[in-house]
Amino acid sequence: MNSSIAPAVRERTSLVRSVLANPTGLVASVILLSLALVIIFAPAIAPFDPVKVQVFKVNAPPDAEFLLGGDGSGRDILSRLIYGARNTVLGALIAVSVAGTLGVTTGLFAGYYGRLIDTIASWISNGLMALPAIIVLLAFFQALGSSIYMSMAVFGVMLSPGFFRLTRNLVQGVKHELYIDAARVSGLSDLRIITQHILLVIRAPVVIQVSIVSGIAIVIQAGLEFLGLGDASLPTWGGMLQNAFDNLYTAPLSAFSSGLAISLTVASLVLLANAIRDRMQRGDAPQRLRHLKVPVPSTSAPAPASADILLEIRDLVVGYPGRDGWVNVVNGVSLSLKRGEIFGLVGESGSGKTQTAFAVLGLLSAGGRILSGSIYFDGQDLTRASPSEMRRLRGRHIAYVPQEPMSNLDPSFRIGYQLVEPMMKVLGISRAQARKRALELLGHVGLADPERVFKSYPHQISGGMAQRVLIAGAVACKPDLLIADEPTTALDVTVQAEVLDLLRNLQAEYGMSIIIVTHNFGVVADMCDMVAVMRNGAVVETNAARELFAAPQHEYTKMLLDSVLEDSKPRTYSAPQEELV
Amino acid sequence: MSSNVLLDCQAVNTRFGSLHVLKDVSFDIRPGETVGLVGESGSGKTTIGRAILGIGPVTSGRIVFKGVDIAGQSPRERKGDATRIQAVFQDPYTSLNPSMTVEDCLVEPMVARGIAGLQEARGRVRALLDQVALPADAAQRFPREFSGGQRQRVAIARALALSPKLIVCDEPVSALDLSTQARVLELFIDLQQRTGVAYLFISHDLAVVRHLAHRVAVMRAGGIVEFGDCDQVTARPSHPYTQRLLLAAPVADPVRQAERRAQFKSLVAGV
Repeated sequence: MNSSIAPAVRERTSLVRSVLANPTGLVASVILLSLALVIIFAPAIAPFDPVKVQVFKVNAPPDAEFLLGGDGSGRDILSRLIYGARNTVLGALIAVSVAGTLGVTTGLFAGYYGRLIDTIASWISNGLMALPAIIVLLAFFQALGSSIYMSMAVFGVMLSPGFFRLTRNLVQGVKHELYIDAARVSGLSDLRIITQHILLVIRAPVVIQVSIVSGIAIVIQAGLEFLGLGDASLPTWGGMLQNAFDNLYTAPLSAFSSGLAISLTVASLVLLANAIRDRMQRGDAPQRLRHLKVPVPSTSAPAPASADILLEIRDLVVGYPGRDGWVNVVNGVSLSLKRGEIFGLVGESGSGKTQTAFAVLGLLSAGGRILSGSIYFDGQDLTRASPSEMRRLRGRHIAYVPQEPMSNLDPSFRIGYQLVEPMMKVLGISRAQARKRALELLGHVGLADPERVFKSYPHQISGGMAQRVLIAGAVACKPDLLIADEPTTALDVTVQAEVLDLLRNLQAEYGMSIIIVTHNFGVVADMCDMVAVMRNGAVVETNAARELFAAPQHEYTKMLLDSVLEDSKPRTYSAPQEELV
Repeated sequence: MSSNVLLDCQAVNTRFGSLHVLKDVSFDIRPGETVGLVGESGSGKTTIGRAILGIGPVTSGRIVFKGVDIAGQSPRERKGDATRIQAVFQDPYTSLNPSMTVEDCLVEPMVARGIAGLQEARGRVRALLDQVALPADAAQRFPREFSGGQRQRVAIARALALSPKLIVCDEPVSALDLSTQARVLELFIDLQQRTGVAYLFISHDLAVVRHLAHRVAVMRAGGIVEFGDCDQVTARPSHPYTQRLLLAAPVADPVRQAERRAQFKSLVAGV
């Protein structure tokens, strides 16, 4: 009953720190932070009053007094740039706050409650998106006067559908999660669930959206100012751009500073959003897969002498790149499989049983490598086989039956097509022949109406039927070796019995060898001739199934077999003495 | 007799549109008792669990908890003792909010139900973690830092936070490794003996249910086909479907399994 925290607790890397560790994220953050400081301390930094006019400085080039020169009215460009940052960012903030508040709030409620609220909110959102924003802004500008802040508030409303749709979709994704159910059972009110649970989970994508929309708001605001739709008395970047444009022929360089300020700020916002997104998509994986050296395999061990042995794995080591070099998930596994034998690879999660099987298939996940050892299949060392050789072997000689039958069938193609295409390719037979053979196989794996299954889409058949279809595909070219990875774990127990029966019959008929990867000792006892028990990437015990179950040698095997619940003594009921509070 | 019944489902029916997913489901749970609910996918076992929890619909019938009909009431609408029905779900990876620390997870129900202030609730976290044999420093960690078995312990602690009378456990150990599963089941038994909580233990696995339950109900296609004493239902079932379910599950012994397989085949052939 003891339970300690796993020693390999993953290092907690905060979002902020890892965004700063990313070079683009760091540069963008530094720029935006400096901008914030400039805005806060504008009166202290700016050398002049931004509206103070010096007649002699009209369109003046940069000098010791006006560091960036004077504008068309003789005002200091640097001071106007600094104060302009305030007004520009304030306008963008207004737009983003309005858009975010409006969009996120309605998105949360529409996503959570659905039905009528969702329908109405979606209609309004679609309507807003259909309106051309700039024309609406021009119309409002006519009606409401020259306040750029009012225009930005209106623009915020126009931007809110972006937040609405994002939030609504995110909420719909998480609202059926079990922890939301758990919160409801705990008696939390809907409002509390929405504000505490859901908002917490969806915050990161919303932050990204804020960053991007801020950039858009700055650009649009500058555009409005440039068109002369702002308050001429307030210094803004867009207004400065317009002023510079008016004097383009006399002072061509004066447009440079405000243009650069806008570009830098917008680019930083977008790059920051990218950095956050990258971090989120990456999860907790190391930032970059370091190029680790793959040790050169030692001279190959000789092929097994006996022709009776189909597969011989010797000292297999499989590694994945980690923070500090290779992490071995399979660590020196050796086993040999006779022709016509059913071999069980059994262990708990993380024992390396699936990785061993995938190494034989040559289908390790991205980054995974066979670091040493040999896998002799029918006299050929698979660790030295080229990808194209492996492909050829996989089609004809080594077949695979996966754990999740449904996710291994493409939902957009009919089952017949998914069987016929690979057969035509691998066996080189015509479509008509392949079709005939597929129908035979579907009947052969115990499907009552092969014709109907052949024409069905995957969602039209049950999980048990889907597994039969995959088995039919796997045995289509009479493989020498079938690797079944937890083939019945996703199935109901009565269906499991039927599928195991089918595998047993096919094995007897074709004489192929089968490797069954499973955590279920019942399945092993039902099917296997030989068993290897795995833990932490190593085999702790290999034995004939009957002997292993009758007299387990290794402590770990004993512990596992003891954990199997069988014929427990039923508990006797006695009512609690008194109501315990 | 009725005074000795904690929860009584009386002819509960649920329809989703034209789908009739619960058909006159009736069973009862006594205080401190474990009732196992066994069935295959689509049998409706999760649906009845959700109906009892108040997060799933009830079309007709009564769910009487301590004399009060709570059918169709959301957890929020339930008052008094009816709030003391809690849940432990199947998937320990999605039943805890990834953005909340363990302490937040445990404090939240107590504060939401108004049984403790924030400070008081935080003070109880330690005792809760103790009850499920998690170290005290687990409180400040996030769910992703725990293994499946440890997360399930956190979920159990969250259910215990409201001193429940009944916990609906929906496949709470089926996502766990064999050895972890055994330890979590021991925890369930231990907690029941200490607190007198009753369980509705939903599972597809007859062996697991036999280990824990006092009585067992077997569901198929929305209805209960057999309900009775644990030993009788899980060792000498009277309904042919239960017999098939029992024999279909392979046992970890090649010799006995070969016999069972033959029995299963003759049973299926006989149907």
